[in-house]
Amino acid sequence: MAETVIALAGNPNSGKTTLFNAFTGSHQHVGNYPGVTVEKKEGYYSHNSRQYKIVDLPGTYSMTAYSMEELVARDYLVNEKPALVINIVDAANLERNLYLSVQFMEMGVPILIALNMIDVAKNRGIMIDTQALSDIMGLPVVPTIARRGEGREDLSRVVERMIDKQSQTVPLNISYGSDVDQALDEMEKLITVANFLTDLYPPRWTALKYLESDEQIITIGRQTDSELSRNLEDKRRRLTHHLENTMDLHPEEVIADHRYGFIRSLLVKNVVTIEKDQDRLFLSDRIDKVLTNRFAGPLIMAAVLFGLYHITFTYSEYPVQWLNSFFGWLSSLVDVFVPDGLVKSMIVSGVIDGVGGVLGFVPLIMFMFFGISFLEDSGYMARVAYMLDRVFRIFGLHGTSVMAFIVSGGIAGGCAVPGIMATRTLRSPKERLATILTVPFMNCGAKLPVFALLTAAFFSNNQAMVMFIITIGAWVGALLVAKLLRSTVIRGEPTPFVMELPPYRLPTFKGLCIHTWERTWQYIKKAGTVILGISIILWALMTFPNLPQSETGQFESQRKTLQIEAPEATGNPGLQEQLALIDAAEAESALRYSFAGRIGTRLEYISQWAGFDWRTNIALVGGFAAKEVVVSTLGTAYSLGEVAPEKSGSLADQLAAAPGWRPLTAVALIIFTMFYAPCSVSVVCIAKEAGSWKWGAFSMIFNTSLAFCLSVIVYQIGTMVGL
Amino acid sequence: MKKKISLRNMRINQTGQVASIKANGELGRRIRDMGLVTGAKITVQGRAPLNDPVSLRIMGFTLTLRNNEADFITIEVDE
Repeated sequence: MAETVIALAGNPNSGKTTLFNAFTGSHQHVGNYPGVTVEKKEGYYSHNSRQYKIVDLPGTYSMTAYSMEELVARDYLVNEKPALVINIVDAANLERNLYLSVQFMEMGVPILIALNMIDVAKNRGIMIDTQALSDIMGLPVVPTIARRGEGREDLSRVVERMIDKQSQTVPLNISYGSDVDQALDEMEKLITVANFLTDLYPPRWTALKYLESDEQIITIGRQTDSELSRNLEDKRRRLTHHLENTMDLHPEEVIADHRYGFIRSLLVKNVVTIEKDQDRLFLSDRIDKVLTNRFAGPLIMAAVLFGLYHITFTYSEYPVQWLNSFFGWLSSLVDVFVPDGLVKSMIVSGVIDGVGGVLGFVPLIMFMFFGISFLEDSGYMARVAYMLDRVFRIFGLHGTSVMAFIVSGGIAGGCAVPGIMATRTLRSPKERLATILTVPFMNCGAKLPVFALLTAAFFSNNQAMVMFIITIGAWVGALLVAKLLRSTVIRGEPTPFVMELPPYRLPTFKGLCIHTWERTWQYIKKAGTVILGISIILWALMTFPNLPQSETGQFESQRKTLQIEAPEATGNPGLQEQLALIDAAEAESALRYSFAGRIGTRLEYISQWAGFDWRTNIALVGGFAAKEVVVSTLGTAYSLGEVAPEKSGSLADQLAAAPGWRPLTAVALIIFTMFYAPCSVSVVCIAKEAGSWKWGAFSMIFNTSLAFCLSVIVYQIGTMVGL
Repeated sequence: MKKKISLRNMRINQTGQVASIKANGELGRRIRDMGLVTGAKITVQGRAPLNDPVSLRIMGFTLTLRNNEADFITIEVDE
């Protein structure tokens, strides 16, 4: 038997996701709607041995064409025609929530109402007679408390009954005042006669959308029948003119006013009894008196954000270390069982390092999202946006952007990957894109070893000061670039802030876990495959072509000579050291001979303007795999063999003494490292979160150009003034 | 005595009724979707630490909007 598809719709913060989780448990799947970055969640449940597929539509307040979420929800209802829509309604907030329900009814979508959080409503002194509400609205109303799973059984029963009945839903026809009604009547007639879009929408609804200046419907209308569409638009213009002259109102306003009026007319007559003053301060408001207080608010917020950061990066360290030791162990296994040569080198440096690199982020992402989900589900995130919006708006961002910046390394040592993913909490598309593109400028944990190396080599007396300046520099750079992007490529009016501050709620543990696991799994799936490829390509670039026979032969004969000169070999420490020196020299030659080496050498023509030689260039190319590779590659390029990022002391000495290196070179390199292309994992995340590879490519090209310009300017001016 | 003032100029804890909303397009739609329609009763609940955005109490929930968005809204208040 074919499965029955039902949809779940409702306002944000109405407990929709909680109800979805109560229905499906872990039987759910998260994807994207085609072509957009809006999440599509689907799950399954069964009732009386019948299987139901349940689709969680994005949370919206309305059904206009203004936001991606609303368009997606509307298109889904129109094109996929789910058998039934469960409209979840916050009982403590009935009036505003029913605004969406009325719009479903106008569309003629078959709905039933899940009246959620009736316990909260009762506490607030709001008594709702569900039977009376059901009678007056002419549809089933089921009381639920989603977070405790109450009402789930009743809902399943009503869903089954409604689907069995298969009654035809008639679109709700309410009065929007005589002027609008008259226009609607005329337009409805025209639409019905011409069969205009009637396969998709009820005629009166199409007319209503024309009066509301709904861009999507008007565009479709023009393509279908441009003459009729022009006719309908004319009617809207005439009505607009008339309403503006007589009442100084727009049709949209009149329609919204009447919808609310209709809702108020439903909520009289014993349907709702309010026993307490709804404007008195509830617990949540009293908490807000402290948490958004002018003085205490920002301090508490700083503490919360720092705490989240601290917990994430401190506690995820252990699982990260376990993973690292696991992959280290795997490498050593391969080392023992696979014969020396290309295959081994590829498995160790390409596959294991690549996969290890991706999985190394997993604990970070899990901790991060657990924390972020908590802040979001509890309602605190909205307060953060509220308090910081004034600052971030200056740069064309949104108050919520702060989270992504901090996670990415706004407090030095974060990671851009969870940072980019943290932008999902942003509902304003332009602000979100600008945030995604600028968070990689923050100083993530992988850039720190590079900075540590350079400051140790050239600014050993002022290390703390330099690190502080680097952190501030990243913020200033990121915010200014955000401003630049918002005035050029992502230009446009700020998205309206108009936002609800939901009451504080204690998140459910189950919800937090589901949320966290979803994000993590998406990351593993998407990033894992692509990164593995990139990692192998980079390995190949740094390995091929091999040194020609003549050169490897030379190193080999050097080794032979040494061993012959000191035949008692094995226990001789001096000999081992000399052999290691030869190995390192060979590694340096091999690296220089490889494609990456040749690229690095070629790039010297340009990079010398910033003071970088071929060694630095190769290291920076390698840094695209992951920024900590910069240090280890520099080590190889300076014939030190592989240098562990945390033990770069000898490399620092080497750099300090190397010809062509001076403090100015270090400054230029620090600036370049801060701003150049994000690492491969971040680029994959940018492409995925921004919805297009175009933005991934943009971030690589734009960031590298910016970084190069900045470092050249600093290096050239520095050289001119004799630094 | 009733008088009409801009939402931006309301004091904290001051109550009033929405007299008019002069915003169209996306902003106007979003404002109305949240229940801010002519006649709705609101109370200013507070302002963010930098004085902007402002938070309101309306129909039993809390709504925030920026000052430059509040400029479009006129409120009728008791003198």
